[in-house]
Amino acid sequence: MGATIDLWKIAKTIMFYAVVVFIVVVSVFPFYYAILTSFKSGTDIFRVSYWPVSFSFDNYTAVFNQGSFPRNLLNSVFVASVTVILALFMAVTAAFALSRVRFRGRGFLLMVILAVSMFPQIAVLAGLFEVIRFLGIYNTPWALIFSYTIFTLPFTVWVLTTFMRDLPIEIEEAAIVDGATPWVIITRVFMPLMWPALVTTGLLAFIGAWNEFLFALTFTSSNDTRTVPVAIALLSGGSQYEIPWGIIMAASVIVTVPLVVLVLIFQRKIVSGLTAGGVKG
Amino acid sequence: MATDVMAEPVAATGVKIKSELMQQRVRAAQLFLLPMLLALAVVAGWPLLRSIYFSFTDASLNDLDGAQWIGFGNYLRWQTLESGAVRYRGVLADPAWWNAVWNTMRFAVVSVSLEAVLGMGVALVLNAEFRGRGIVRAAILIPWAIPTIVSAKMWSWMLNDQFGILNDLGMRLGLLSQKVAWTATAETAMQAVLVVDIWKTTPFMALLILAGLQMVPKDIYEAADLDGVHPVKQFFRITLPLVRPALMVAIIFRLLDALRIFDLIYVLTPNSSATKTMSVLARENLFDFDKFSYGSAMSTLLFLIIAILTILYIWLGKVRFDGGDR
Repeated sequence: MGATIDLWKIAKTIMFYAVVVFIVVVSVFPFYYAILTSFKSGTDIFRVSYWPVSFSFDNYTAVFNQGSFPRNLLNSVFVASVTVILALFMAVTAAFALSRVRFRGRGFLLMVILAVSMFPQIAVLAGLFEVIRFLGIYNTPWALIFSYTIFTLPFTVWVLTTFMRDLPIEIEEAAIVDGATPWVIITRVFMPLMWPALVTTGLLAFIGAWNEFLFALTFTSSNDTRTVPVAIALLSGGSQYEIPWGIIMAASVIVTVPLVVLVLIFQRKIVSGLTAGGVKG
Repeated sequence: MATDVMAEPVAATGVKIKSELMQQRVRAAQLFLLPMLLALAVVAGWPLLRSIYFSFTDASLNDLDGAQWIGFGNYLRWQTLESGAVRYRGVLADPAWWNAVWNTMRFAVVSVSLEAVLGMGVALVLNAEFRGRGIVRAAILIPWAIPTIVSAKMWSWMLNDQFGILNDLGMRLGLLSQKVAWTATAETAMQAVLVVDIWKTTPFMALLILAGLQMVPKDIYEAADLDGVHPVKQFFRITLPLVRPALMVAIIFRLLDALRIFDLIYVLTPNSSATKTMSVLARENLFDFDKFSYGSAMSTLLFLIIAILTILYIWLGKVRFDGGDR
């Protein structure tokens, strides 16, 4: 009897680990394969292989030397950083008001903010296009910074509000007794406590802005003003049948590696931020 | 909750000071909210109203200012021909629109259900204690961290008809008798889109469900074990009811997200009518076909659908907005 129970136990453990290995392989393989492809050159690319067979930097030098990819990379960094900083500035004070002060219409405001974060972007595309042309920022990074506020701002406000709501009242009481104004309370009392939350929300908003495609595709029209996702989507060879897969994979790896590293470093924080915001990256 | 105590910041200092403090706080709060409200009005409120307005006009891309009000013409209009037959035109009579609606609905329902099931599976695995759990958790974050455009490109390379590794693998394992043009064939294009979306989004689902799972107290399972309840029964009688709120929130968030899908389809299966969704079709009309007002009507209809679902979500999900459980 004992032997069969042990066998059953072993079989169960093996099955469990088989599932675990399957999950890991499926999750990682496409990225692994992109890296593998990016280091192949010439006709090697068209020979399917599961392990590294050759190693060359040709695709990477090509990405940086032809076209405007370096410029696109800078655009992406600039747009995403400025968007996030602006959103955080507005969100910190708004989150204070929404989480620590009781006033009429607060519930309604929070509802509006949640609703905006669920907006289909396409619903505002026509109107945004008009506003952006009116402001004269069409085909500049500012068009993207302006339009990205529609999803970074509600998200940061929502997550920071959730976070601030859970801070204990006592920390504020002392400052109120000392006659501190709300502004002082935010900058001196809350900010030092909020760094972890700010970093997480900022990072998630950054990823959102870095990955955005629809606005970037619509509001920029020249190679020099595009961001990386649009540049990668539109990378093409001489004809439809000459797609430069090696170069596309190299560009993909370049834009993804920083994100993967950041996400792995901030793993735990990101998971908690995601569950608080319930928003897809 | 902390917010309830906030109403009386310093309870002992007397009513007058308290109300002055309160007023000061409310004034400050209004000031603090102003930048955000202005920003949202300019980037969301006004453009939304203008988009809806354009859908009732004959605006074209190069002549937005000269737009004339034409009523519901973009949605539905009809004319009676000399023969007496009635011809309908407009978005609501456009087969391409209904094809896009069908594609979007099919995509949203199939992808979100499969993601919920698979996400539950992954969450259950991650909730078990085993060696290497950290590695699995890190691994499933990778698909989530990869930009959608990049994953679309990565997969379209893997799904490539001639040089794709998936055709190679399928042939080697004997699953395929010949190479398949996954993204270009009408029958398989939607499957390809679904595979990539499920691959990319299951981690998000799994993490949200995992957060719910970790709230379930362990001693319930111990008690169930003692009573000899079968693990499968434990799952359906204990786990599922307890994580249902977390699961519902995740599902509805994903559903709203899936209904507006654009980038994956635009890049993975360009110009395939088998996968064209409402967002893709609307943008095409707005900016590629120079039917600006027609595209606006489509985007307005999509907005309406999502608005109705959002209201249902807030209502059914019982999300509390006033210092509640979130």
